[in-house]
Amino acid sequence: MGKTFAEKILSRCAGYDVTVGDIVFAKPDFCISHENASAICATFKKIGVDNVFDPDKIVLTFDHTVPASTIAYANAHRVVRKFAKEQGIENFYDMNKYGGVCHQIMCQEGFSAPGLVIIGSDSHTCTSGAMGAFAVGVGRTEMAGVWATGELWLKVPDAISIEVTGDFQPGVGAKDLILRIIGDMRADGADYCSVEFYGDGIENMSIADRMTICNMCVEMGAKNAVCKPDDKVRAALEGKAKSDKWEMVWADDDAEYLASYRYSLEDIAPAVAKPHTVDNYATISEATGIKIDQALIGTCTNGRLEDLRAAAEVLKGRRVKVRTMITPASVEVYRQALKEGILETLLLSGCTITPPGCGACIGLSSGVLGDHETCISTANRNFKGRMGSKEGFIYLASPMTAAWSALHGEIRDPREHFESASDKAGGGQA
Amino acid sequence: MEIKDKVIKYGNDINTDLIIAGKYTKTLSNEELAVHAMEDLDVHFTKKVKGASIVVAGSYFGCGSSREAAPVALRAAGVSCVFAKSFARIFFRNAVNVGLPIVECDTDRINDGDTLRYVLGSSEVINETTGESIPVNPLPEIMVKIFQTGGLVQYFRETGGY
Repeated sequence: MGKTFAEKILSRCAGYDVTVGDIVFAKPDFCISHENASAICATFKKIGVDNVFDPDKIVLTFDHTVPASTIAYANAHRVVRKFAKEQGIENFYDMNKYGGVCHQIMCQEGFSAPGLVIIGSDSHTCTSGAMGAFAVGVGRTEMAGVWATGELWLKVPDAISIEVTGDFQPGVGAKDLILRIIGDMRADGADYCSVEFYGDGIENMSIADRMTICNMCVEMGAKNAVCKPDDKVRAALEGKAKSDKWEMVWADDDAEYLASYRYSLEDIAPAVAKPHTVDNYATISEATGIKIDQALIGTCTNGRLEDLRAAAEVLKGRRVKVRTMITPASVEVYRQALKEGILETLLLSGCTITPPGCGACIGLSSGVLGDHETCISTANRNFKGRMGSKEGFIYLASPMTAAWSALHGEIRDPREHFESASDKAGGGQA
Repeated sequence: MEIKDKVIKYGNDINTDLIIAGKYTKTLSNEELAVHAMEDLDVHFTKKVKGASIVVAGSYFGCGSSREAAPVALRAAGVSCVFAKSFARIFFRNAVNVGLPIVECDTDRINDGDTLRYVLGSSEVINETTGESIPVNPLPEIMVKIFQTGGLVQYFRETGGY
């Protein structure tokens, strides 16, 4: 019997063939933490070890509040700066070091690569599966233990395979696909599982799209998510890979999966997740007309250049009706968007560009929600109180849906834009 | 290590917000977390747990936010072990790391008020009230060791590594 991607990776870690349910001791290739590194530092000190296992394998960023919005966060930043200096951690993306959201930094800067084991003290660590890595989120105490010993235990998970075929229709994006999948599988549908995506639909997607999909798999309980790596991943790593240990690893054709699903991208339509759970799927027509007070476009889920470009294309030459925050996933995305003129388009259409980071998604800065306000957001969670007031309402959607809705002050189908655009171009025969 | 006590039984999908509300997670004091454990689910929890330290639930216990304060609060409140049909992944890991024993088994035949007896690491739990033996997913050896020392920090202090 063949092996799933997760079984292959964990067999390599163990040095022998493992199967579902086995416990494996793994040595991660890279460990990522953000501001919660300050709490991890305190636990690390309690363990009674002087030095981290390998400073070059630890990556630190600031993303939850950049710049610091409260004294507590400013002090958390101080603790991490001091610790990074003491321990000689060079991969520390402080605000003067071209940083961004930790998951974006991992993929963008060449830390995440096929076959590597990535551990992060953040639930969305699974984003790095877009680069073919086995990437898993853990708690703070656990990360302190990894810093001290360079090792952690991992249970070999069951796996779910998802074949994706075809190409997106105009106005439809990766966010619509993953919202549909989570709606179908529900919040616990992939609990403790490795979710393994493959197919020509995945090959047709940019790495940005794959990141959106992997990012959100934790919202259905996944341990990790991964897209079958290909030449696009290889090209992204060219001259950038931070480890020479990476190699193309994928599941065997006869691997045994807990469940297998298939999605055709031609069948995917714009969608939203209604308040207050990510699996509360609705088609765009069911949500059309819901009034919004704010739009948020960006963050680790949809804050890449491709996402901002898609939003700018919808907004170009028009003015948003509600306040609209643009939160690039990193300084590098910000710089490229500036260079391409995307930021100018967004600014002229009335958007507010925030510093790169988590932004309003976690309700700490850059556009928190007031009582009874409704936001359309391209981020990954719509839990009660997530973006500020517990009386607020969050609808999750793609950058195109968020942008088109921002123009109308209510949730609207972004395909309207593409229909009118193709009419103008003399097309529209469909 | 044997655990023997009465059961407090809850249902499915007990999320970490019900275990400890987000507004309390900023405190690092275990005593304070203990006082508020499960309060949105069961206001009498902290009283009940004094005479019944085993929590039994249905599926997907600990879903929602990955906050480590959830298993910390249960342990600090005096919970000796949680039995559930399944646990959310990060809760499971966090529970191991903070030293809260957790066991997966079919919990349908365990009722509120029953007395359970379980030896950490063994493959069955005895429901002394009904006399039934219920098979459990056996805990890996490393987890038993971590539970016995009281959590990952203590385990590493004593052993220096895995």
